[in-house]
Amino acid sequence: MAELSVAELENIANKLRLHVVEMTYAANSGHPGGSLSAADLMAVLYFRVMRHDPSNPQWEDRDRFVLSKGHVAPVLYAALAESGYFPVEDLLTLRKIGSKLQGHPVRGKVPGVEMSTGSLGQGLSMACGIALAGKMDGKDYTTYCLLGDGELQSGQNWEAAMFARQYSLNNLIAFVDRNHLQITGNTEGAVGLEPLPEKWKAFGWNVIMVKGHSIRQIIEAIEKAKNATRPTVIIMDTVKGKGVSFMENNAGFHGKACNAEEFEKAVAELKAVIQ
Amino acid sequence: MTGQKLAQRNYYGKALAELAGKRSDVVVLDADLAGSTKTSDFQKVCPERFVEVGIAEQNMIGIAAGLAASGKTAFASTFGVFATGRCWEQIRLAVAYPKLNVKVVATHCGISVGEDGASHQALEDISVMRSLPNMTVIAPADAYEAYAATMAIADYNGPVYMRMGRAEFPTITPEGKEFVIGKATVLREGTDVTLIGCGQMVSFCLDAAEKLEAEGISAEVVNMSTIKPLDSQAVIDSVSKTGCCVTAEEHSIIGGLGSAVAECLCESVCAPLERVGTKDTFGESGKPADLMVKYGLTADDIVAAAKKSISRKA
Repeated sequence: MAELSVAELENIANKLRLHVVEMTYAANSGHPGGSLSAADLMAVLYFRVMRHDPSNPQWEDRDRFVLSKGHVAPVLYAALAESGYFPVEDLLTLRKIGSKLQGHPVRGKVPGVEMSTGSLGQGLSMACGIALAGKMDGKDYTTYCLLGDGELQSGQNWEAAMFARQYSLNNLIAFVDRNHLQITGNTEGAVGLEPLPEKWKAFGWNVIMVKGHSIRQIIEAIEKAKNATRPTVIIMDTVKGKGVSFMENNAGFHGKACNAEEFEKAVAELKAVIQ
Repeated sequence: MTGQKLAQRNYYGKALAELAGKRSDVVVLDADLAGSTKTSDFQKVCPERFVEVGIAEQNMIGIAAGLAASGKTAFASTFGVFATGRCWEQIRLAVAYPKLNVKVVATHCGISVGEDGASHQALEDISVMRSLPNMTVIAPADAYEAYAATMAIADYNGPVYMRMGRAEFPTITPEGKEFVIGKATVLREGTDVTLIGCGQMVSFCLDAAEKLEAEGISAEVVNMSTIKPLDSQAVIDSVSKTGCCVTAEEHSIIGGLGSAVAECLCESVCAPLERVGTKDTFGESGKPADLMVKYGLTADDIVAAAKKSISRKA
């Protein structure tokens, strides 16, 4: 299959965004804001960068993805469905009783979901374990982990950061979705994270800053990270709610779905940019 | 009645060192306490599959889960308080929920930790681990059983919590006996009262049975080394015969073996139950033997509980 172009990936990202809006509207709950800010990364990972086979989710040599910010499960499910792990129609069962698409991802329930997450601050540790196993077994897979910015207030991340450096896990690439908002508002008004790049540097990581909605910058950063001798964190400057005008930079849509009127508007906006 | 005194953790380390050669999937993690938990015995023979995580138990559980998700059988060890308390929610989300093949194996459980005091004496660990779905909970009675149980849980694919003490305990089970998860053992048959113990309290149950026999009371002793899943049939069979019961554990009477047996009896055999354990209290610093006396964890305490249980028979 030919490698997808930046324009094609941008289009996929917007399709994922449309799924997110539709899924959370159908569930009348869920976390659209942080899902929308991560959509470009998910498009890059699942449709360009990651070595994976939707028909063989347990393939030993696959690249692994751990969604530490588990509340943005909708965008992960959308990426998995669009990749072919399960039918796209299933997406509308999100958060419904009996569905495999739980409010937060569950390993073993959904093909392609590597770890159970949702309680923040734990995914990077899990990703370290997967990356370490790869080193032990002489495998060349890469482990990717998506972190929220707010969750970096949790100390376990920094335990994991120290560990990754100690064990030279250069097969581990973490992303921070730096959208600056958590439930209570701006991260810096809760418990500030800045200077964030300096923190990661001090913990011994290779740090790359990108515009988080620039497909090209994300791809280039991952290529650089793959040649690093240390673990890499790619800090993505993003906009929470990206792609839907009234959701952008609005913490109110962290954990709330659209109402009927908002839904119509959001769908219209996204459909207008999808080819 | 009882054999020489041996530390369970030494036999845990011995078992791990043997597993290093037999099982290439076994990895061992520790949080700066390898010399005390004896995972250092594995580290010596298999440094490439030993993972020092530093003093970071929450991170240790996440890493163990990631390793298990990649096909490893992961043993994660530290002291009981830290292994179950510091990272309970990490165990819940990363291990128990996805049913990953992680063995949380703790040493230094119970009040016989001694001089370190209450901060280091795990008396609630069985309770908090037992409440987790998918979790198996094991408390071997002695060093030989600790060895056998380590081998057994290595062969079992799923989450396990195993607790051991710090001190040397009398050996009461035969060396080399296979450990069957979920199977209780009757160590002594009797007709008047059932004494069910776990950990080193099993040896005190045997001592208590001797003392009771001298007074003409026939006690049956059951080693309940798997607390979850509880061998309910063993409880029912024995208590149906004796008509009353005593549990003995180096743990709080809230949520541990006593609670598990109470849950079983209240839904099956209606019989008096007395629980020997710590009584909703923290421990303190002191010599292990003195603490066992002060907190009511001796053979004499079991004897007294047995008489009370018998007196309550209808």
